[in-house]
Amino acid sequence: MEWETVIGLEIHVQLLTKSKIFSAASTAYGAQPNTQACDVSIALPGVLPVMNREAARLAVRFGLGIGAQINKRSIFARKNYFYPDLPKGYQISQFEVPIVGQGRIEIETDNGCKVIGITRAHLEEDAGKSLHQDFHDMTGIDLNRAGIPLLEIVSEPDLRSAVEAVAYLRKIHSLVRYLNISDGNMQEGSFRCDANVSMRPKGQTELGIRAELKNINSFRFVEKAIEFEIDRQIDILEDGGKIVQETRLYDSDKNETRSMRSKEEAHDYRYFPDPDLPEMILDDDFIDQIRNQLPELPDARKSRLEREYHLSSTDASHLTNDRDTADYFENVCSQTAADSRTVANWILGELSAALNHSAMEIRDSPVDSIRMASLLDRINDDTISGKIAKQVLTLLWKSEKSVDQVIDENDLKQITDTGAIEAIVDNILQENSAQVSQYKAGNQKIFGFFVGQVMQQSGGKANPKQVNDLLRNKLD
Amino acid sequence: MHSNCLSEHSAALRNKTYSSVELTQHYLKRIDSAKALNAFITVTEELALEQAQYADRMLHDNKAHALTGIPMAHKDLFCTKGVLTTCGSKILSNFVSPYDATVVEKLKQQGMVILGKTNMDEFAMGSSNETSYYGAVKNPWDVQRVPGGSSGGSAAAVSARLVPVATATDTGGSIRQPAAFCGLTGIKPSYGRVSRYGMVAFASSLDQGGLVTRNARDAAMVLQAMSGFDQRDSTSLQLPVPDYGNVLEQSIRGKTIGLPKEFFNDDVDADIADAIQQAIRELQALGAKTVEVELPNSEVGIPCYYVIAPAEASSNLARFDGVRYGYRTENYTDLDDMYEKTRAEGFGAEVKRRIMIGTYVLSSGYYDAYYIKAQKLRRMIADDFSRAFEKCDLIAGPTTPSTAFVIGEKNDDPVAMYLNDIFTNAANLAGLPAMSIAAGFDDKNLPIGLQLIGKYLDESTLLTVAHQFQQQTDWHLKIPDIPGVPGGPGGPGGLD
Amino acid sequence: MSLTPKEITHIATLARLKTSSEQAEFYATQLSRIMDLIKQMNTIDTSDIEPMSHPQDPALRLRADEVTATNLREAYQTVAPATENGLYLVPKVID
Repeated sequence: MEWETVIGLEIHVQLLTKSKIFSAASTAYGAQPNTQACDVSIALPGVLPVMNREAARLAVRFGLGIGAQINKRSIFARKNYFYPDLPKGYQISQFEVPIVGQGRIEIETDNGCKVIGITRAHLEEDAGKSLHQDFHDMTGIDLNRAGIPLLEIVSEPDLRSAVEAVAYLRKIHSLVRYLNISDGNMQEGSFRCDANVSMRPKGQTELGIRAELKNINSFRFVEKAIEFEIDRQIDILEDGGKIVQETRLYDSDKNETRSMRSKEEAHDYRYFPDPDLPEMILDDDFIDQIRNQLPELPDARKSRLEREYHLSSTDASHLTNDRDTADYFENVCSQTAADSRTVANWILGELSAALNHSAMEIRDSPVDSIRMASLLDRINDDTISGKIAKQVLTLLWKSEKSVDQVIDENDLKQITDTGAIEAIVDNILQENSAQVSQYKAGNQKIFGFFVGQVMQQSGGKANPKQVNDLLRNKLD
Repeated sequence: MHSNCLSEHSAALRNKTYSSVELTQHYLKRIDSAKALNAFITVTEELALEQAQYADRMLHDNKAHALTGIPMAHKDLFCTKGVLTTCGSKILSNFVSPYDATVVEKLKQQGMVILGKTNMDEFAMGSSNETSYYGAVKNPWDVQRVPGGSSGGSAAAVSARLVPVATATDTGGSIRQPAAFCGLTGIKPSYGRVSRYGMVAFASSLDQGGLVTRNARDAAMVLQAMSGFDQRDSTSLQLPVPDYGNVLEQSIRGKTIGLPKEFFNDDVDADIADAIQQAIRELQALGAKTVEVELPNSEVGIPCYYVIAPAEASSNLARFDGVRYGYRTENYTDLDDMYEKTRAEGFGAEVKRRIMIGTYVLSSGYYDAYYIKAQKLRRMIADDFSRAFEKCDLIAGPTTPSTAFVIGEKNDDPVAMYLNDIFTNAANLAGLPAMSIAAGFDDKNLPIGLQLIGKYLDESTLLTVAHQFQQQTDWHLKIPDIPGVPGGPGGPGGLD
Repeated sequence: MSLTPKEITHIATLARLKTSSEQAEFYATQLSRIMDLIKQMNTIDTSDIEPMSHPQDPALRLRADEVTATNLREAYQTVAPATENGLYLVPKVID
C-alpha cells in the first residue's frame, strides 16, 4: 500500500524577556541551580503570578508576523499534573483562548511553495529541570527554568515529509529571529520541537493514529527522528499492526524513538481558567504599536534583495533565511565596490563553508562585514586574485589584522609587472621544451599546463590574464 | 486594660495611660490563662515584646501611627517571616515562612504588635474550626461549642479579649460566621481590596482577607491599614482606599436596606429571625428605609460554591508535595509513593474530601456538567445582586441560620456543615463586601449575627450602618464569662 | 451512590492521595452525598449564560519586564525536606 505521512509540529520558543513570565526572577542562562528560583518560581505558599507585559508583546509580534488573528481577549488556564519540576502542581498555559489564533506561513519545497497552516500560538511557563546524576539514587531539581516564558506554536497537520517538517521548522526559526522575539538557541533549549507523526493510506482524508515525538533539539535530529518514526509506523502497518497513541522520545545516540513509559499513564490535565489571573485584554493601541514596529520579514526582504541587488531567487532566499546573514550581506554591499552578486557568492560560498567548518554562527564570524568588504575590494581592484583571496580569508580567520596588512605581510599582492611575469614565462617554456613541441604539434590542451606552471612559480600571484596573454604571444 | 477596644487603646497609648509593652504583657498573660480555648497555634511572645518596645519608642518620639503599639494576631494562613505558618495543617506543621504577607507587612509598618498566629480550620476549609490539625477551638460564650470557622481562632481570641483585633479570611463566610458565633464585628471587604499575596490560597477567586474585632470603628481603622493596591497580586484593585474612619459618623437617614426574601425563611432559628427583625427596626429608627428584594438563585449558592471552591482548592493545594517545604512522609518507595503518602498523611479528612471533589468536577467528562455549570450560576447569582442593588444601598439579613453548635455535632455530616454558609457564600461568589455584627443573643445566651452586604467597593456604607447601629445598641459590648479566665462580665479584673 | 469506590480511587490517584480500598468505600459514600448536594445546580437553566471565573470580570494587569528578585536560595532551602548542592532532592525520576 502507498502511505501518506502526516506531520504537525509543536514548537516551544523561549521569549526574549529579562524576567520570567509571572515573576521578577531573571531568565539568564547558565546560573547556579535555584539561584534564579524566586518565591513564585518555587511556589511558596501564598505567592501569586503577575503577567509580564513584554511576553505578551512578543507573542503579539509573532502573531502579526504570520498575519494571524490576535485574540484581544485571551485566558490563562491551569494544566494540572504532578511532577517534581512543576512546583505548583500545575502549569500556567493558555487552553481555550490563546493569544494568537489562526495564521499561515509559506515554506519552499522541491515542488515549489507550500502554505502551512498555524493553528494557534499560546503563552505558557516553562518547567524546571531534573538532574539525575550523583545524588545517591535521588533526582536533583533546579527551578531556574521554571516560569521562563514560552510561546508554543502549533501547526496544522499540513506537513507531508521529514524534509517539509524541517523546512517549516527552519522557517519558524528564521522568523522568530527576524522578529527578535527569541534567540532561537537550540543548545540552550530556547527553541524546542515536538512532532506529531501519523500515517494514512494515500487518498484517505481521515487522520491516522499519531505518536508524539518529544523534545527533538536540532534540525538534523528532527529530520532523523521523523524519518525513523515513519519507517517504524509503516513497518507496523504493513505487518497489519496498529499504531499506539503515545509519547515517544528520540534517542540521538541510537537514532531511534522509544516509548516513554512514565507518560503512558492516563493523564487528565483538568484545565480550568486560572483564578489568580483575570482575562488578558489587549487594546488596539497596544497591538497597533507592535504592528508599527515590525521589522521587514524574510519574504519581503527576499523580494527586495532580488530587486535591489539583482540577485537570483535562490541566492536571495538563502541570504534571507537568517536575519543575521541578510544583515551581513547588506552591510558588506554598502561598504564595497564589488558587485553584489560577487558578495552573495562569497557569503554563501567561502564564508558559509568556513563558518560551518568552525561550527560558528554568522553573527560570531571572525571576519566581520568590514573586513569582508575590503577583501572583496582587493579582488575588485586586482590587488589579489580570487584564488589568493580565499587564502587571505583563511589568514583573516585567525588574526585581527586588516586585509591590507595580511596581504602585505604575506606578500600576496598580485604580480602585474609584465617584465616579471615574462621572465617566469620564458623560464617555464625553456624548462619544458618537450611540452612546447607537443603544443606546436597541435596539442592545444597542454596550454593549461603552462598556465599552471607559471602560476605555481609565481606563488599564485601572477595576474592570470597577463599570463595567458604572454603565453599566447610566445607560443602562437 | 483588655476591656478597652482598639480605638480606646489607640487613645490610651497616645495619652501614655499605659505603654505598649504593658499592654502587650497584659494580653500575653491573658492568652496564657485562656490556653484552654486553643485559639492560638503560635504565641510570639519575644517578637511581640520587641515590637512593643519599638512601638513605645515611636510613641515617645511622636512618630506613631494610629495603630502603633496595639497588639493583634494573624490568622495562621497569613505568611509571617521567621514565624511558623501552618494553615492549621500537618503538611505545613514545620513551615517557618521566609517572607511576610502583604497584610502582615502593612500592619507591621503601622507599628502593630503581633502576639501570635490564630488557630483555624485546616486550609480554611470548615465552618467550625474542628478540622484544624491543632485541635478544635472553643467558643468563649460556651466552651462546649464551636467558635465557627474557618477563622475560629481569630474570633475566639477577640471575643475572649485576648487581642483587640485579629486578621481573618473569608472564602464562603469564614470571617462573618465566626464573628456571628462569637458576638463580634467581622468584615470581608470587596474582592481585590486586600492583597492576597502571602495568604495561603484556598479558593483564589473567592478568598479575601479581612478582620474580626469588637466594633465597626475598630474595623474601619484596621481595614484602612490593610487595604490597598499590591502589585504582587494580579487581582488587587488599583483604586484608592476611601477614608473609612471619616464616614462612620454620617447619618444613615434615607439609606435603603434591601431585605432578600430568601434570607428570611423557615430554615432560620426563631430567635435569630426575631433578633434580625429587631435589628432592622433599630435601623429604621435611625432613618433607614427598607425594601424587599429578590435573590432568586440564592438557593443554588451552596452547590455552586461547593463546586468552585473545591475545584480551585484541588489545584491550589497541589504544591504541597513534600518537595520544597513542609511535611514529607518518612518512608516511601518511589516518587509517586512519596507524593501520595505525604499528601495522605499531611492533609486532614475535610481537606482530602474537597481536593477529591475538586479533582472530580474538573476531570474530563465532568467539567462542563459541574465546573462550567457552577461558573454560569455564579454569574446569575452576581447578576441577582446587581438587580437588587438597583433598589437598595445595602442588603441585610441573618449571617447564619443557627447559632454556635456543639463541638462534634456536625462532624460526621459534611453536607450539614456546608449549610452553615447558606447566607454568606453568595457575597464571595459575587466579590461583594460583607459584614457581620452582633445583634442579640438566643435563648442559650449565644450571640446572633446580623449580616450586611454592600455594593461592590462600598465598604463605607457597611461600616457607617454598622457603626450607627452600634451607637444605639450594646450587643457588641457584651463580654463572655470564660471559666478560668479573669475579666468576664462579673469576675475580678473586669474593668481595670 | 453517584460516586463508586473505583472512581474515588481514580480521583485519589490524580490528586496523589494514598487511599486504601476501605477508605475509598468510605469516601464514596461521603462524596456521593456531597455530589447529590451539588446536583441541585441542575434545577436552574443556565443556557445562554456566560461562565464567570472572576468576580466582577476584571482585566489582567500587566507588569513591566524587570528583574527585581534576588537570590534567596539559602533562605528558601532552609525549609526544604532535602537539598544538596542547591538542588531539591526527590526520589529518582524515571523518564
